[in-house]
Amino acid sequence: MPLVSFHDVGKTYRSLQGVDDVAVEHFNVEIEAGEFFCLLGPSGCGKTTVLKMLAGFEAPTAGHILMEGRPVRGASRDRAVVFQGDDSLYGWLTAIENVEFGLRMRHVGKAERCERAMHYLELVGLKGQEQKYPAELSGGMKQRIQIARVLANEPTMLLMDEPFAALDAQTRSLMQEELASIWRTTRTTVLFITHDIDEAITLGKRIGVMRAGPRSQVKGVIEVALNGARSRTDDVFLQYYRQVHDMIRDEVAKAMAK
Amino acid sequence: MYGGYALGFVSLFLIWQLASLYVVSSVLFPPPTVVFSKGLRLVRNGVLLEHLSASMQRILAGFIAGSLLGIPIGLAMGSFRPVRKLLEPYTEFLRFIPSVAMITVAVIWFGIGEGSKIFLIIYTTIFIVILNTAAGVSAIAPNKIRAAESLGATRAQIFFHVALPATVPYILTGMRLAMANSFTTIVAAELIAANDGLGKMLWDGRLFMLVDEIFVSLVTLGLLGFAVDRMFRWSIYAFAGKYSPAT
Repeated sequence: MPLVSFHDVGKTYRSLQGVDDVAVEHFNVEIEAGEFFCLLGPSGCGKTTVLKMLAGFEAPTAGHILMEGRPVRGASRDRAVVFQGDDSLYGWLTAIENVEFGLRMRHVGKAERCERAMHYLELVGLKGQEQKYPAELSGGMKQRIQIARVLANEPTMLLMDEPFAALDAQTRSLMQEELASIWRTTRTTVLFITHDIDEAITLGKRIGVMRAGPRSQVKGVIEVALNGARSRTDDVFLQYYRQVHDMIRDEVAKAMAK
Repeated sequence: MYGGYALGFVSLFLIWQLASLYVVSSVLFPPPTVVFSKGLRLVRNGVLLEHLSASMQRILAGFIAGSLLGIPIGLAMGSFRPVRKLLEPYTEFLRFIPSVAMITVAVIWFGIGEGSKIFLIIYTTIFIVILNTAAGVSAIAPNKIRAAESLGATRAQIFFHVALPATVPYILTGMRLAMANSFTTIVAAELIAANDGLGKMLWDGRLFMLVDEIFVSLVTLGLLGFAVDRMFRWSIYAFAGKYSPAT
């Protein structure tokens, strides 16, 4: 049984003028426990809508989403979310206090809380920065706090909504490598949303390519048979790049044409 | 920073001194030296302190009560749509009636004692605190709430650990504006009906042509307001400065 399955999931938004806008329709995907699943698609195709529904922030208007066989209802600590921007961080708390947040809400003792937070801060390379406030840290470091914050809470799966999209190219590729290595050690299930082919192949075990919106759905799923650290200049990597690129090119063109 | 302030104040008093000596040389416009020596005398005989503490006590009582009432109302209005719809007619109607216009009613209802003054300060404080608090709640980034939900926080925890701290800078800003309004209101109220206070001092100065006493009262109001406002700015900075250095 897959960890998460989307069955004919649809989401329709109604505008203030009463016009229906179907963001996703007949969306079907299954995510296995322990896998790194990338959802790739042109901008405006409803990738984030899919993530919000799985996170429980929004309910589907059609179909249903199952996690461990049970329908998803509302947000829960088994599905942690890493957001694109830094507005989800608590500016009045230090880095370590942000990371401890989930544990503190569950009344985990101070010593254990601190120890676990420090462990994950170290894992994301933020040792020595724990007493700083988010505003004192760079964009890349803020995303590291977010990642440490969700890892420290030990969720069943991570939902990541283009977490590196706002970072500069160098920091982004560094963060991708770090995330890949963190995933190899923790083997947490990840749903990673991106519009970047390169990023999807660098990180994903499987890549779900989405059609251009509206009424978007999965066009196809590509399995990436690359193990360990992946090199962008590797021949196999480039073959995958071409394959994904061919699949998504028409969709990007459609998205641009609108 | 402090050097700049000091220089600014020195130049203010210097210009005032020169203006009163050479430009409008008149008993109706005493120079700062005269005002300060008069002020010093009023401090020594305790008169200034008496008026000052009378005004300050009224302001503090009304300001604290108004804030204590306004903050929870603002939080409720910002958090729950029905509450906002229900209370907005009150706040939107009453906030356009200036507290100075309410003096007559306050005196009729509560007499010329402390009651009417405290009522007026509450009145002048509460709406601004409500409005700012409610605005602060609706300005919270939705992702802050969502992150807390998916980290396992309960609704009550989200309120106390996310919504409330995120709103504190707005609450403090509302209180800071309310404090400035309180100064206006208390002077107006004391001008019309009071036995003591800085406003009463102004009124007596006019009655008995004690121009220097009028100026002592004015300078005291200015300095007091400045000091209290600094305290607020400092506390806003201490709390919020970490993520909004612009304050």
